[in-house]
Amino acid sequence: MADGRALAPGDGFGEALVLSEPLSFWGGVDPSTGRIIDARHPQLGASVVGRVLVLPSGRGSSSSSSVLAECVRAGVAPAALVLREPDLILALGAIVAAELYGTALPVVVLPDEAYAAIRTGDRVRVHAGDRAACVEADG
Amino acid sequence: MAGLVLDPIDERRLAGEEGEAPRLAMRVLVAMARATDAERFIDVEAAHVDACLYHGQVSLDFTERLASAGARVAVPTTLNVGVVDLLHPDRFRGDPAIGAAGRRLMERYVGMGCRPTFTCAPYQLPDRPRRGQHVAWAESNAIVFANSVLGARTARYGDFIDICAAITGRVPDAGLHRDEYRRGQVLFRLGPLPDRLESSDVLYPVLGHLIGSEAGSLVPVIEGLSAEPTEDHLKALGAGAASSGSVGLFHAVGMTPEAPTLQAAFGGAPPLRTVEVTLDRLVAARDELSTAAGPGIDAVSVGTPHASIAELEQLAALVDSASVHAGMALFVSTDRATLAEAEARGWVEALERAGATFVVDTCTYVTPILDARARVVMTNSAKWAYYAPGNLGVAVVFGSLEECVRSATLGRVWRDPDLWGDGG
Repeated sequence: MADGRALAPGDGFGEALVLSEPLSFWGGVDPSTGRIIDARHPQLGASVVGRVLVLPSGRGSSSSSSVLAECVRAGVAPAALVLREPDLILALGAIVAAELYGTALPVVVLPDEAYAAIRTGDRVRVHAGDRAACVEADG
Repeated sequence: MAGLVLDPIDERRLAGEEGEAPRLAMRVLVAMARATDAERFIDVEAAHVDACLYHGQVSLDFTERLASAGARVAVPTTLNVGVVDLLHPDRFRGDPAIGAAGRRLMERYVGMGCRPTFTCAPYQLPDRPRRGQHVAWAESNAIVFANSVLGARTARYGDFIDICAAITGRVPDAGLHRDEYRRGQVLFRLGPLPDRLESSDVLYPVLGHLIGSEAGSLVPVIEGLSAEPTEDHLKALGAGAASSGSVGLFHAVGMTPEAPTLQAAFGGAPPLRTVEVTLDRLVAARDELSTAAGPGIDAVSVGTPHASIAELEQLAALVDSASVHAGMALFVSTDRATLAEAEARGWVEALERAGATFVVDTCTYVTPILDARARVVMTNSAKWAYYAPGNLGVAVVFGSLEECVRSATLGRVWRDPDLWGDGG
């Protein structure tokens, strides 16, 4: 069990998908299928649907908030986001989806060691409150 | 929420005493303030809203919630691109239902009091932010330009919070609004480069792409640019860095307002690390921007971010008396005001006569404007090159503005043999 920082509250559980590079949701994830479409991304083609998506951070585009929120609306969002660096554009997508649709997609930041310990395929439980978060990985 | 202290006006909005729209806006802003450990809110003097670009039903769901509650912006607010070119609506080739929804979204923001600027380059408008002024800007390339080139202060705002800030005139006192987050962190030291490359527009998007890939979300400092870059050069650099990375601010020593010296750029602290920018590294970054080699191309797209009047002048001079090759398209994206100015100078007519197609209010990589049969597209923009393969499913050939124009007129990729020296 690792302690982290909550950027958006909620509880999520699912199989981890660990991305080896940052991902922009806009231009990087198809909000109708939840698949990674960034042609330069190492995990091109992978589905984020229902996964605990573990990624270093987002990338530049400020439209990623909308695309993440649209994934939530369309039912193709990840179960949780676990980040190494805070990304407010992604947190915002989760926060607005919660306001509009009553969903709760937790977005948390983990310290480097705990972040690095998660492997693709681990079953991961994420709990994020107002500020504190904890992440339990069962490898 | 320990640590966050709200002003009475923030409290009243949050309690719904100022109406439903300010309440929703304040709820989103408070959630962001918590996520950033902000201790208070500060005023902003202007906003630039990106949420007017349609990304699906969620865009309208959120906007209608605000608009139906009578939301009005409290500060001067400009709008980013939308899905439809409202001056040339027939250029939209996508699903008509999406076009209609996208258009409705754009109109909703105008209805809330936003100016119908529909440009990703609001820093090219006359009343742009001044040094030290706090603003709430969304659109990654605009954010990095406002912070780096203008010395204004904006955090990296995304869709939704941009209009929340515009409605309340308030943002969390966090991130790039604060001195301690504006200091340089990673040093990019340019080595000797071929003269032609140093004076070419092509250096800047490539350097931006490299810097974004290396810096991620850290603040880069660039040392060793020998030629004095123009605003268009810095615009291309920032747009590249904010696509491959999450760069919201860079410093160029001796050139940008908060970096008179190397020491000032880093706030007296040493760099976390130093990246030596050699010709080899730039060539590698350049090659990453292309996903096809050519020589076959179906279209050329320039003007991402939106072309300035100076860029349209260069474009008109490069096209000169040539014509776009039969079966080839040359798209030029710009904003309405710049288009009007270029029209007055005769460049629009000349370029259209040569076969160019102008696009305003939107951009060719965010919405279906290109012929659906286009498979390979050439561009001079690192940002376009970064996003178009995912958004449009096209392959990209990256080149300088001159390479793009000559390729459009020849109907196949033309390369300037001396541009990159021995780097090929």
